[in-house]
Formats: sequence, C-alpha cells, structure tokens
Amino acid sequence: MTTPLAEVAGSNATLRAFLHGLPGVDRVGADQRAATLGTRSIKTTAKAQALDAAITMVDLTTLEGADTPGKVRAMCAKAVHPDPADPTVPSVAAVCVYPDLVAEAVTALRGTPVKVAAVATAFPSGRSSLEVKTADTALAVAAGADEIDMVIDRGAFLAGDYRKVYDEIVAVKEACGGAHLKVILETGELATYDNVRRASWLAMLAGADFIKTSTGKVSPAATPPVTLVMLEAVRDFRDRTGRMVGVKAAGGIRTAKDAIKYLVLVNETAGEEWLTPEWFRIGASSLLNDLLMQRRKLATGRYGGPDYFTQD
Amino acid sequence: MRFDYAPAPESRDVVSIRPSYGLFIGGEFTEGKGAAFKTVNPATEEPLAEVACAAEDDVDRAVRAARDAYDNVWGRMPGSERAKYLFRIARIIQERARELAVLETLDNGKPIRESRDVDLPLVAAHFFHYAGWADKLAYAGFGPAPRPLGVAAQVIPWNFPLLMLAWKVAPALACGNTVVLKPAETTPLTALLFADICRQAELPPGVVNIITGAGETGAALVAHPGVDKVAFTGSTEVGRLIARQVAGTAKRLTLELGGKAANIVFDDAPLDQAVEGIVNGIFFNQGHVCCAGSRLLVQESIEEELLAALKRRVGTLRLGDPMDKNTDIGAVNSAEQLARITELAEAGEAEGAVRWSAACPIPEKGYWFPPTIFTGVAQSHRVAREEIFGPVLSVLTFRTPDEAVAKANNTPYGLSAGIWTEKGSRILWLADRLRAGVVWANTFNRFDPASPFGGYKESGYGREGGRHGLEAYLDVS
Repeated sequence: MTTPLAEVAGSNATLRAFLHGLPGVDRVGADQRAATLGTRSIKTTAKAQALDAAITMVDLTTLEGADTPGKVRAMCAKAVHPDPADPTVPSVAAVCVYPDLVAEAVTALRGTPVKVAAVATAFPSGRSSLEVKTADTALAVAAGADEIDMVIDRGAFLAGDYRKVYDEIVAVKEACGGAHLKVILETGELATYDNVRRASWLAMLAGADFIKTSTGKVSPAATPPVTLVMLEAVRDFRDRTGRMVGVKAAGGIRTAKDAIKYLVLVNETAGEEWLTPEWFRIGASSLLNDLLMQRRKLATGRYGGPDYFTQD
Repeated sequence: MRFDYAPAPESRDVVSIRPSYGLFIGGEFTEGKGAAFKTVNPATEEPLAEVACAAEDDVDRAVRAARDAYDNVWGRMPGSERAKYLFRIARIIQERARELAVLETLDNGKPIRESRDVDLPLVAAHFFHYAGWADKLAYAGFGPAPRPLGVAAQVIPWNFPLLMLAWKVAPALACGNTVVLKPAETTPLTALLFADICRQAELPPGVVNIITGAGETGAALVAHPGVDKVAFTGSTEVGRLIARQVAGTAKRLTLELGGKAANIVFDDAPLDQAVEGIVNGIFFNQGHVCCAGSRLLVQESIEEELLAALKRRVGTLRLGDPMDKNTDIGAVNSAEQLARITELAEAGEAEGAVRWSAACPIPEKGYWFPPTIFTGVAQSHRVAREEIFGPVLSVLTFRTPDEAVAKANNTPYGLSAGIWTEKGSRILWLADRLRAGVVWANTFNRFDPASPFGGYKESGYGREGGRHGLEAYLDVS
C-alpha cells in the first residue's frame, strides 16, 4: 500500500490494484472472533449503560410501500419519547424513511434532537441511472433530510467496475450538500468478507461519512462478522488518513441482547471513540421495544408484557 | 463513550469442594500413606482442599486394582459393552460441564470462558470420539483383532488437567486397558471429580484409578513392574528421566513434551485474523500450552504494521479474576511457574531483546504475569530457544520462505507450527518442510478429537487423538 490515496481513484485499474492489495479476510477466523466477542457477559451497571447507549444509536426505520404520513408521524413521536411512561429514556438518533415522507418527518421532529434520514438512490436495488439517483437524493435533501442512506451499485461492484461505484458515491455525496452520507454496501449480496472490506474502503475513499451493512431487504442483513470487518476498515482508514468514518449495522437486529453484542464489537474492534450515535448506528424497528422492555426489567426486576410498550 | 464491563463472576455454588480427598483405588476413595498436601487457587492463593499423597504402597495397591480389573472384567469385555460405559461418561461430563469448568478454573487459574468454551467441550468430545472406536478396533488398521496392552500408567500436567485426563483415559479404556492416572499436584481436583463420575457411570471398580501426589508418586508409578504402558505429558526434562527408566523393560512408552512453536506470518496473510491467531497462539491459557506459538516469525516487510496491530490487540486483553466471564488472561498456575517465567523474561532483557508488556493492572494476590512481547529477538537468545510456558512471545523476522523454514526448524522441539498466508500452494510447500507434529494453516491452537497430536524430536513421540491415538494403547507388534 504505497500509492498515495489521492491517486488511487485515478482509474479503474488503480482502484482495483489498491482494493485487491488490501489484506485478505479469513472467513473462519473472522467468524470465530465475532463469536468469541459474542460471549462477553454484560451485566448490571454495564447492561444499563449499554441499553441506554443502544437506544440513542437507533435509526428507527420504516421502509414499506404501505407507509403513510400518519404512520411516519406516529413513529416520530416514538422516536422522541420511546417510553412515554418513563421520561428518563433517551431519544433515538434518527428516523429513517423514504424520500417522499421526509417532509412529514421533518415537521414532526422540529425542535427535537432526532435527525431525519432518508434512503435514496433507487433504494433498495440501486438499479437506475445516476441522474435518477442524484435527483432522488436532491429531493430528500430539499425536503430537509439530515442524512442520506444510499445504496451502491452491487452489480457494478461484482463486475469489477469499481470506478463506476466510486463515481456514483462521489456524485451522490455532492448532491447531499451538507447532509451526512451513509453508504449501504448490501453485504448480503457481496458474498465474501474480502468484498466487504474492499467495498468499505471504496465507499470511504469516495467520501462516505458512514458505511452501512444492509438495506434490510436482503437476507442475510447485518451479521456480527460482517460488522467486524467493517469496523476494522474504519479503524484502519482512520489510521491511514486521520478521517473518522461511522458504521451502521442495519437489518436483523431485533433483541437487546444482539444490540449489546454489537456494542461490544465496536468497543473491542474500532474502540470506544466509535461508541456514540455520531459514529455508530443501529438501523432497526422492532429492536427499540425490546431495549425498552429489558431496560424496565433491569430497573424493576420484572418484565412488562408487550402491551405495556407502544407498537409505533 | 467509555464502556466498562461490570464484574460478571460465574457462581462457584455449582461445585462443592470437600475439605479433603483420598486416593481413588478400586472404585473407592482411600487414605494415602504419604503426607497430604494442599491445592490452592492460584488467583487468590486460597487453599481449596487437602489431597492425599500416594506412597509406594498405595501405588502398588492401585496397580494391583487395575490389573485385577483388567484380568477379570475390562480386558475381556466386548468393545460394544465398553463403548456403553464411555458414552455414559461422556454424557455425564456434558451434564456436569458447568461444575467441572468452575472447579477447573478454581484449581488451575485459567479463565472460566476457556474452561467453559474450550476445555469441557473438548473433554466430552474426546470421550464421545473414543467411545465410538471401542467396538470398531478391528477396522482401525491395526489388524483384525488388536489386543489391549494391560495396565496403563498415565502422568499428566497441570495446564489442561481434565483435558489431558481425557486424552489419556478415553483411548486407553476404549482399547480395553485399565488405568492408574496421576494428575499434577497443583491441579488434582477435576481428576478427583472425574473419579466420582466413573462411579456415577457405574464403571467397574479398578478400571480407572486416580492417585495424587508429586514427582515421587509419579516416579513410583512409572517404575512399577506391574505396569504395561506408560503415557506421560509434561516437561522434556522429566520425559527424559522416564524414557531412561523405561528403557530395557517391556513397557510401552508415549511422551508428549515441550515445544517452542513457530507461528509464521507472510506478507500476504489475512492480517486481522493473523493477529487473532498470534494472540490465541501464545496468550491462550496464559501461554501454559505445550504447543503454544511462542516464536512469531514475521516477514520483515510487514513487521512494523503487524506489531502495531498486535500490540493494539494485546492492549484489549482483560487480565484478572479467572471466574469473571469476561476475563481473557487468568492466573499463572503456581508461584514456581511464575518464578520461571519471570527469570526467562529477565534473561530476555539482559540478552538485549526489547520487552513490551500490556499496561494491564495486576491483582495484588495470586500469581500473575502480563502479556509480554519481545522484539529484536535473535535465534541465539534464551527466549527464542527455551520453552517459557507463559504469556511471553518472542518476535523474529525472515525474508524468504526458505529462511522461514530454516528458522522454524532450528529448535530442539517439534510439536506444532502455524502458517499465515492467503496462498494455498505456499501452505502446502511449507507444511511439507516443517518438522512439527501439527501444522496449523491460518489458525492456531485448534483441537479436535479426530486429529492426531504429538511431536518430533524433543517434543516426544507417539500420537494422541484420532485413529492414530489408538495405536498407543493396542498391541500392534
């Protein structure tokens, strides 16, 4: 790795040489490391701290064809006060919606610390022209989105056309203006950890503020080893460039226990600097209620039934 | 956000330690004629129990009980019947795994995470594996009707007390031998709990006998004329004594001794996993591992990058209370071993190697040594030659694959080695040339009951595990 990073994106050939020159990832070893970290026992005060931290890192998400303004308003209310019975529960980091519902969310969240994120760029497949993708992004930004979650062109990536993927990210980043850009790698379609590492570096080189595992529409979505590989990538990228990039694990994280495992992964891989909503997010919907349930259990010693927590 | 893990201690209530233990001979706990000794928890220096010491008379009783069981019950029992007992023992081990893991951690000092997730699953797996062989010995490649040897004398070390018991007892019993086993004097408790499991499984009396004591007890056992087979795991020094003693007798001998394994990292290695493998290779079980990857051979072009990543990772290791479920590095097993590690580490510094230790707080009581890395090590330094048997890594560099092979093999030992590269053909090329019993590729310290384990040169002879492990307990001549 001797090429200056600025020259790496000069052509598809230099990009390829750089990305393929990154150290490989041994699948067995990565799986084993993630599994070992999954056995950390987080109890009592550490658990209380982790549950609250996890709540503040949630991007509360609804990405359905059936989403309506009413559904988004309801979700925004929950994002600000996840547990109406307990004012000590912190707000979540952001809500995540489709671009056409951004305005609704912005109105509902005005005056609160909760950010509005929008998926864009022909989410979730990313199969459209660059013009459509940048227009999609511009629409969301114009409506007031603070953060844009874009998808990469996995087809181009798998075909080895790294420059195309890079250029699209650069273009979307430009369309974002001041909005933060999260780049979704859709790791479930990249198939190998080597590809996850390469796609992570590609996105970071192109200017991503965050790299994100998945759309949530493809299985498998976020997994601990994939997130581990991405956390190693942001750690190494900071070592190399001094620039810090965030990580978002999205999809399939449904229980507080799982969420805490991700916090342990962050803590012991990238380090505690990443353990803030500014640098680590969990994209989820049903997770929030389990976090609330475990939080109340820890405080009172008893589990409340599901009807004691609001559905949306 | 600073994320401190709150203490998460495993409960010790699952195990009840008796104030004193006798010798397990002929299916009964009996008194020993030697002077009883105490076994302590190395993490707290708290005495755990008083343990009987077997004198020569007791050894003789144990060997006679084993002989009696061999002649009248076990040696003539069909393999399919022996298998039932072994399967039963394996299942009871699984059922009582938590109890055994806690006891192992208390007596040995290893982290509960390791005894729970590594030692105990492997112990059960070993018994299951050899239970399966008991009625299939005719198909193991040692002739149509291989015979057992008779009474096996087995002397095991303190680093994996129950696992080494399993490696010894399971194949011996599967092949139709009876055993007299002597656990190490600092870690006898899980073996004594295993005696209880033998009774629970209704194993015929005398098939397994467990006698406790120090070196003298072991020497008396090895020298006993009623023994047909000696199996020893421990230091090369004692192994040599045993080999001398057994020479000229009809006794069969297998030895699993020390090691100074090379863990070889090439510039095209999967770096993050290599770092994990190096950590697992030398800091697993406080480095009390005969096959530990205690010599890191790193290709010179990536030395700086790899060492930076390694030190960062070692800095995250959690040293402390072995009973805490989040502890990575437990206590050194004894004051004696701590003194040896300390002496060798000082020698390393005196010879000019550069010492680096993780900045982790050391508990006030108990025996502890921080994870330590020596850089700038030359082949001629003591820390590159002698087995330290502690959490101390020596880093050496190489330029070419040939040089890596030469350096890796330039040791009197030959138990294990590791290769880290993404290039498959290089793995095969190297594995052919490394004189080590086990060669791991892109992993380290991975064990499986189906895989044979054993050494070259001063690391011993004979193989344990798998089909090959049967040979040590069968009359194949």
